[in-house]
Amino acid sequence: MSANASGEREVPSHKPIAGGAGPSQGPGQKYEVVIGLEVHVQLATRSKIFSWSSAAFGGEPNTNTDPVCLGLPGTLPVLNRAAVESAIRLGLAAGCTIRPRCRFARKHFFYADLPKGFQISQFDEPICDGGAIQFRLHGEAHAVRLTRIHLEEDTGKNIHAPAGVSFVDYNRAGVPLCEIVSEPDLRSAEEAAEYVRAVRALVRYLGIGDGNMEEGSLRCDANVSLRLHGAAAYGTKAEIKNMNSFKNVREAIEHEIKRQAAILDRGERVAQETRLWDPARGVTQSMRSKESAHDYRYFPEPDLPPLVVTEAELAAFRAALPELPTERFARYTGPVGLSPQDAGVLVADREIAVYFDAVVAAGAPAKRAANWVINEVLGRVDDPRRLGDADLPVPPAALAELVKLVEDGTLSGKLGKDVFGKMWGERRGAAEIVAVEGLAQVSDGGALEEICRRVVDASPDVVARVQGNPKLIGFFVGAVMKETGGKGNPKAINEILRRLLGQPTP
Amino acid sequence: MIDVRGVSAVTLADGVRAGKWRAREVTEAYLDRIARHDGGLGCYLLVDADGARRRADAVDATQKAGRDAGPLAGVPLGIKDIFCTRGLETTCASKILRGFIPPYESTVTERLGAAGAVALGKLNMDEFAMGSSTENSAFQPTRNPWSTGHVPGGSSGGSAAAVAASLCAGATGTDTGGSIRQPASLCGVVGVKPTYGRVSRYGVIAFASSLDHPGPFGRTVEDTAALLEVMAGPDPLDATSIPQPVGAYRKATRAGREGLAGVRLGVPAEYFQAGLDAEVEAAVRAAIDELARAGAKIVPVSLPHTKYAIATYYLICTAEASSNLARYDGVRFGHRTAQARSLDELYSKTRGEGFGAEPKRRIMLGAYVLRAGYYEAYYGKALRARRKIADDFSAAFAGCDAIVTPTSPVPAFRAGERVADPLQMYLADVYTVAPDLAGIPALSQPCGLTKGGLPIGLQTIGPALGEEICFRVAGAYESRTDWHTRLPPEATS
Repeated sequence: MSANASGEREVPSHKPIAGGAGPSQGPGQKYEVVIGLEVHVQLATRSKIFSWSSAAFGGEPNTNTDPVCLGLPGTLPVLNRAAVESAIRLGLAAGCTIRPRCRFARKHFFYADLPKGFQISQFDEPICDGGAIQFRLHGEAHAVRLTRIHLEEDTGKNIHAPAGVSFVDYNRAGVPLCEIVSEPDLRSAEEAAEYVRAVRALVRYLGIGDGNMEEGSLRCDANVSLRLHGAAAYGTKAEIKNMNSFKNVREAIEHEIKRQAAILDRGERVAQETRLWDPARGVTQSMRSKESAHDYRYFPEPDLPPLVVTEAELAAFRAALPELPTERFARYTGPVGLSPQDAGVLVADREIAVYFDAVVAAGAPAKRAANWVINEVLGRVDDPRRLGDADLPVPPAALAELVKLVEDGTLSGKLGKDVFGKMWGERRGAAEIVAVEGLAQVSDGGALEEICRRVVDASPDVVARVQGNPKLIGFFVGAVMKETGGKGNPKAINEILRRLLGQPTP
Repeated sequence: MIDVRGVSAVTLADGVRAGKWRAREVTEAYLDRIARHDGGLGCYLLVDADGARRRADAVDATQKAGRDAGPLAGVPLGIKDIFCTRGLETTCASKILRGFIPPYESTVTERLGAAGAVALGKLNMDEFAMGSSTENSAFQPTRNPWSTGHVPGGSSGGSAAAVAASLCAGATGTDTGGSIRQPASLCGVVGVKPTYGRVSRYGVIAFASSLDHPGPFGRTVEDTAALLEVMAGPDPLDATSIPQPVGAYRKATRAGREGLAGVRLGVPAEYFQAGLDAEVEAAVRAAIDELARAGAKIVPVSLPHTKYAIATYYLICTAEASSNLARYDGVRFGHRTAQARSLDELYSKTRGEGFGAEPKRRIMLGAYVLRAGYYEAYYGKALRARRKIADDFSAAFAGCDAIVTPTSPVPAFRAGERVADPLQMYLADVYTVAPDLAGIPALSQPCGLTKGGLPIGLQTIGPALGEEICFRVAGAYESRTDWHTRLPPEATS
C-alpha cells in the first residue's frame, strides 16, 4: 500500500531540520538505518465510516453492528462526512495537500474478520498527499515527510480461544481509520517512536481520536531496511507488525536493525517479508514472504461516488484548526519565554498546554506556572489528558491563586507545596487552606526580629564561629523556621539574621 | 374467483381502490393460478401465501377504513429473488445463500409494499443474475410460457415468465447486461431498465455494482410506468442513487397515445447486422414503421463502438462480480461447508460447494482482470471503452430523442441449447449491454410473434433520465397495436 514500499527508488536521506545527522549507535555505525512508518489512527466518530452503528470502543461482542458493516448481501456503504472532516483536519495540520476530488477503492483479501472479502480503502487517489510530521528529539527539530494520508475502514477482530475455536467480533468492523504513510525518512528506532508520539499528539490536539496504542486506536507498522552509509539505493526492507506501545515500537525496530545487520555482516541477503513483533520474547518472526504476499486486486469502489471537497469547506476547516504542538512550542519558547525542555513537556498533550495557558491567563507568571504544572500537577495524574477533566481537584484558576500566594511571599515554596497537596486531596482553595490553618508566612519584621534575637542569643558559641564560617547562618535560619512552624519568610529571616550577625547581604 | 389472467396491474389497483374487488380476492386468484400453473413453469422459488394474505388483508383494512392504500393497492407482485425481503429467505438462486433470511428489506420492495402492492413470493433467476436463460439457477430451470421447450431468457426469467403467465400482476427484476429487457422480450411482456441510480440498489444483492439496475416488469407499458413511479427516487442508503425528482411516467405513457408528433427516433445501423434473426428484424422494422405512422420522424444514427460492448461488459462485470462475491465465505451467513479443518479450507470448500459453474467462471475471470500489473490492460481499458460507448449515445441523442432497436437478436432459444457454450449465451445480450454500460434508460415491449409463436421485443433507449420519452414512445406503439394483449397458452402442472 505504501508508496515507500519499493526499496529501489533513490531518495535523498532525511536530515534533522537543525543540526547534523542523528547519533549512530550499534549497527548504525556501519549501516544507515532506513525506516518508514504506516500509522493507522482510529477516528472517534459517533457512527462507522460507511454505516450507522456505533464506532465506540468495547461493548459486548457484535453489539455495535449493522447489516452494512457486517457485509450482508445487498447492503451498500454510505460515506460518513464526519470521518472525512477528521481526515482533512489531520491533513491540514500536517501540511498535506487535500485533493479536491478523490476516490475509494476496494482492497481484496480473505480473512474471517474482514466481512466483505475486501476493505474499502483508498489506492491511487488518497484524500491527502505530502505534508510532514514534526517533532523534537535531543533538542533537534525533525520533519518527517509524509507520502499520503488516506481513509479506510477498520476490520473486525478474531478472538482465538483454546481448543482451536475462533470467534469474530465485528464491533470494530467499519470504524473509520486514517492511514498515515511516511517517506523512509526515519533513521533510528528512537526517531520512529518519537514520530509516533508526535502523530498521537496531533491526533489528540485535533480531537479526532484518542490515539491509544494499547487499545489499538493507534497502530503502527514499520518498514525497516539497512544500507551502507553513502549507498544510493535502499536495502531490502522487512515490514514489522504488532507493535502496540511506544516501547514496542522502539524495541521491535531495534531488534530488527540488529537482526538485519547480522545477516548483512554474514554477507547474506535480507528477505523481503512481513515480520511480527513478539513482545514477550523480544524478537520479530516471519509472518509471510514476498512470494506469498497478497494481490489486493485494487479497483475503484463502484458503490461510492468520488469524494469532492470544496474550497469553502477547506477554508472553514483550516480556520477552525486549534493551535498545534509546533505552534505552541514556538509561542512558549518565544514570547512566553520558557525553556525548550519545559515547552516540550507542556505541548506534549493538548490538555497540559490548555491547562498551562489557563493558569497563566488567571494571573500566574509563566515560568512559575510551568514549574508548578510540570512538577506538581503532572506528578499527580496517571494520564496527562486528565488535566482536561472538568472535575480536576485543582483547576487552573485554583493553581494560579496558589502560585500568586507563593509569589507575593504569603507562602514559602515549601509550604506552597504542602498547600497544593491539601488542595489536591481535599478539593479546597489555597486562600481558604492558608486562612483556616494559619499558614500565612510570617513576614512581619518585628515578630521575626524578636524570634531571631532569641535564637541568636541562645547559641553564643555558634555566633562566634559564624565569622569564620558564613554557612553557619543556615543553622540559625533553620532554628527560626522551627520556631515559626515553617511559616517564616525565609528571605526576611535571612536579611534579619545577616544584620544581627554582621554578615553582608549576598 | 376473479379471473385475473391477462389483467393489468393498473386495472387491479383501480378496482381495489374503487371497492370493486378486495385485495384478498385478487391475491387468492393469483395464489390459485400459481398453484395450478407454476408447476410446469418453475417461476417461483418460494410462494409466501400466508404473508401475501396478511398484506392483502392489511390493504383491505386500510381501504375499509376510508384511507387510500396507495397507487398499487392490492396489486400482487412477484419479487426476483435478488431483492432482500425481511424475514423471508433470499437466495439469489444460489446454494451458497440457501437459508439466508435477511434482517432488512430492499428499498424497492419496501416502497412497493408501502404503495399497497402485495408480494406473492420470490422468483427464479440465473444464479447471482449471471445468465440469459434462467438455466443457471441452482434450484430449477424456468420455462417459457409460450413454449415450455424454450427458455424464458434471463437472468430475470422467473419474473418475465410469471408476468407472461399471469402468475403475478407485475414483478421486479434487475438488469446488468439485459436481464430485464431480454427475458421481457423472450416472454412477450414489458420490462424497463431505468437510468443508473434512478432506482435504489439497497437490499439488491450485488452482481456488478456499476451496472446493476433494478426495474419493473409489467403486462403493459402503463403497468411498468406505475411500478417505476413507486420504485424510483433518491435513497439515503444508496450513495449512487440520483437526487432528481421522479418523472411522471404514467402521464408520459398516456401522452404517447396522442401520437409522436415532433419526436425523432434514431435507428442505429449497428443493431441491424449479421446475427439478427430475419423474423425479429422484420417485426422490429414493422414496429418502426408503425412509430413513423404515429408521427415520429425516423432518423439514422450511428453507435460505432457497439462492437466493443460485449467485451467491455464482460471485463467490467466479471471484475465487479469477483469482488462482490468475495463476501460469501461461510463465516457469517448462508452455506458453510461441514468439511473444513482450517480457515483456508472453510473458504475453498464453502465456495466450491456453494457456487455454481457460472459464478465460478466469472469470479475467476474477474480475479484475472484485476490482478496486479494488469489493471490498465484490462479493467482500465474497459473503462475507457465504456466511456466511448456512452459518448456514442450522447452524440446520437444530439440528433434524436430516443433510439429504437431489437431487444434480442433472436427469439427464445431451446432449453439446453446454449448451456454448454457460454460465449453463445453471452451474445444473447448484444443489443442490451450498451445501455447498461452507458447507464441510460431502455424499455422492451412486445412487437410481434414468430411463425413458431415466440414473442419478439422492441427496445426503446432514451438519454440519461429520459424515462419519460421511452414511456411516451412505448405508449404510442402499444396504443396502436395489440401484441401486449396476446397471452401464452395456459400451462398445466
